Amino acid sequence: MKREIVIAGFGGQGVLSMGKTLAYAGLLQGKEVTWMPAYGPEQRGGTANVTVIVSDEPISSPLLQKYDIVVVLNQPSMDKFESKVKPGGVLLYDPNGMTRKPERKDIRVFEVPATKTAEEGGQQKVFNMIVLGGLLKIDQVVENEFVMLGLKKSLPERHHHLLPANEAALLKGGEILKEIK
Amino acid sequence: MKEEARLMKGNEAFAHAAIRCGADGYFGYPITPQSEVMETLQILKPWETTGMVVLQAESEVSAINMVYAGASCGKMVLTSSSSPGVSLKQEGISYIAAGELPCLILNCMRGGPGLGTIQPSQADYFQSVKGGGHGDYHMIVLAPCSVQEMADFPSLAFELAFKYRNPVLMLTDGVVGQMMEKVVLPEQKPRRTMEEVVKQCPWATTGRMGRGNSNVMTTLELVPEKMEDRNTLLQKKYKLIEENEVRVEEYHLDDAEYAMVAFGSTARICKSACEILRAEGIKVGVLRPITLFPFPKKQISDLAKKVKGFLTVEMSAGQMVEDVRLVVNGAKPVEFYGRQGGMIPTAEEIAESFKAQLLKK
Amino acid sequence: MTREEIIKPENLVYGKTKVLTDNIMHYCPGCSHGVIHKIIAEVIEEMGIQDQTVGVAPVGCSVFAYNYIDVDFQEAAHGRAPALATAIKRLMPDKYVFTYQGDGDLAAIGTAETVHACNRGENIVIFFVNNGIYGMTGGQMAPTTLEGMKTATCPYGRNTDLYGFPLRISELLERVDGTCYITRQSVHKVANILKAKKAIRKAFENSMAGKGTSVIEFVSACNTGWKMTPIKANEWMEEHMFAKYPLGDIKDTEKKHYVENNINAR
Repeated sequence: MKREIVIAGFGGQGVLSMGKTLAYAGLLQGKEVTWMPAYGPEQRGGTANVTVIVSDEPISSPLLQKYDIVVVLNQPSMDKFESKVKPGGVLLYDPNGMTRKPERKDIRVFEVPATKTAEEGGQQKVFNMIVLGGLLKIDQVVENEFVMLGLKKSLPERHHHLLPANEAALLKGGEILKEIK
Repeated sequence: MKEEARLMKGNEAFAHAAIRCGADGYFGYPITPQSEVMETLQILKPWETTGMVVLQAESEVSAINMVYAGASCGKMVLTSSSSPGVSLKQEGISYIAAGELPCLILNCMRGGPGLGTIQPSQADYFQSVKGGGHGDYHMIVLAPCSVQEMADFPSLAFELAFKYRNPVLMLTDGVVGQMMEKVVLPEQKPRRTMEEVVKQCPWATTGRMGRGNSNVMTTLELVPEKMEDRNTLLQKKYKLIEENEVRVEEYHLDDAEYAMVAFGSTARICKSACEILRAEGIKVGVLRPITLFPFPKKQISDLAKKVKGFLTVEMSAGQMVEDVRLVVNGAKPVEFYGRQGGMIPTAEEIAESFKAQLLKK
Repeated sequence: MTREEIIKPENLVYGKTKVLTDNIMHYCPGCSHGVIHKIIAEVIEEMGIQDQTVGVAPVGCSVFAYNYIDVDFQEAAHGRAPALATAIKRLMPDKYVFTYQGDGDLAAIGTAETVHACNRGENIVIFFVNNGIYGMTGGQMAPTTLEGMKTATCPYGRNTDLYGFPLRISELLERVDGTCYITRQSVHKVANILKAKKAIRKAFENSMAGKGTSVIEFVSACNTGWKMTPIKANEWMEEHMFAKYPLGDIKDTEKKHYVENNINAR
């Protein structure tokens, strides 16, 4: 098993940390992982993206041209990455603020209204966990239990009371996921 | 006790490893894309545990001179920077090489020339392996390609640095520095006691400490005959290093008809390119020099007897390719593919370039 | 009396400190470096710290300071001595660490290292020899060269419109919070030498007491660079150099009132 994923959006949307959560879960599940950000001032206010590879085998190039799964959280990222989904691959997006829907027909397209759901629930802080929940519902790249174990291990003890909200968000993302056909 | 696997950036792993290999001091100055090294050291506060000194200097110039001084005291000291900052360090590195001082320098390369970009590059190859500062000298140059190697190499680097009394450069780039991967950190080694330092480095300027004579660390020698002798000794040492310390990784070279030569992150991308080509039935392997100085001359010249041609891939306009060509010496074609200015080649591009340059001839 | 009868321990009226080597100094006759070397070495002997001291030599006339002062020494690149001293002291806090620098080294190419070592309050001693000229390279203009003073690179006299003003680095360092003691001394007369020795001892003691950086500026003569006889050079120094670089304590954090008065007086 090998999944090549890119997550892209505005800086501040938690794109990099979502990728890290995914990669760490993969590591805990005993897989090989790489997390490669497009780093620099781009992160601040502009677009941010991170490439995450989860694999059973050692990973050669941490950088890719085409992806199995593309997650886009704003319009510029949609414009940049729609063409980079491998044929038969997955495009997952949050419709919030999107002015143009994906056009490709040779891929599977999913919508996860995570911004709206997070705002309604007053849960903006777990926005990216909702997105991740959607992603993992489409393709169990890693198991939810390892996502939660990763959060538990990486969050300081004083923040552990936030774990249930994160777990709920992860499940919520799966519930609100919708395939666009 | 076996360390558990962690997820961290190459720069962070390097900082952890520096503490764990028993280093006495780090002196640095912030520059993207390697600032996480000093940030991580400041978070870890090694001065409270191992007693390691961490200091943010006023410039790269000052930082490398602090390293010169620390190394002159026989201490295990290091600095890190990125291309423009490493340019500033060259004067100090020349002094360190001339003084035959052990130390570790990390260059997390970014695109140049000039202020350039903060994106990854490998265009400091010449600077790293040919000298960089003034005078005839070499650093030992290690080129890690993964976060694990960023954690493993500091210990090796110091081992070589003290064995040969020579500066060691870890030459990496923004990909390896910024990427997170699984890493198992080395075990904590104790820092050497002052007695151990004096025993290992009887030349060190530690204060006389009852020695009865004074130690002087100087690189000045106004008598040219004596200066030539010094140079001759340095060259002898470099020859010894070339004979004993070459390290490479070979990937699918056993049955290879063609070889790619690449170091650091580019070598990993070449492995992916290699997979693409092998899927098309083209037998390609990758030779990854782990040491850039000493350069794997014998390995490449042996390969030249076996393969039909080489493709050297670098994030530069073509620097290491000159050394590959020197070794191959016309026996087989040596082609080049590179991206510059912070652009990273893709596996697909490399595979295409390989076919265009080596198969259509 | 024969020569042998005269050379006896009981007849000894003066002995060179053991912390000076027997090497013949390369300095010009009349130069202040020899005297400054000697009194630093004497203080090191008197304090009994020869085995715990590490010196840092500059680039300039005193580049070979390590051939004369018999302690462990490091030779710095031009201007970088305070960076070296910083690392030595941080890595070995139980050592006495000093730099010995000229005006080109400390106040031109090494200004950043000087200011920042002082600003960090490194527990080191900086000996700063100010003779207003680059001696070693043959008498070029220094940042401390006086207005109108002729050198090889300002042969018609230092024009402040073109080359700026004589830099009073000690006054500048006074405003840097990490310094604890800044004093300006000279070694052209016995009384001055005795005062300078006291200052040297105090500076070394400050460094081990963790009080911060001590800077001792020695206003010095370079009769060769100035193209004068040694006696004339000393007279010229008193008349011109002391006018721009007045002797005395500039900062002493132990004597706050004195320092404030001193600032007001200027």
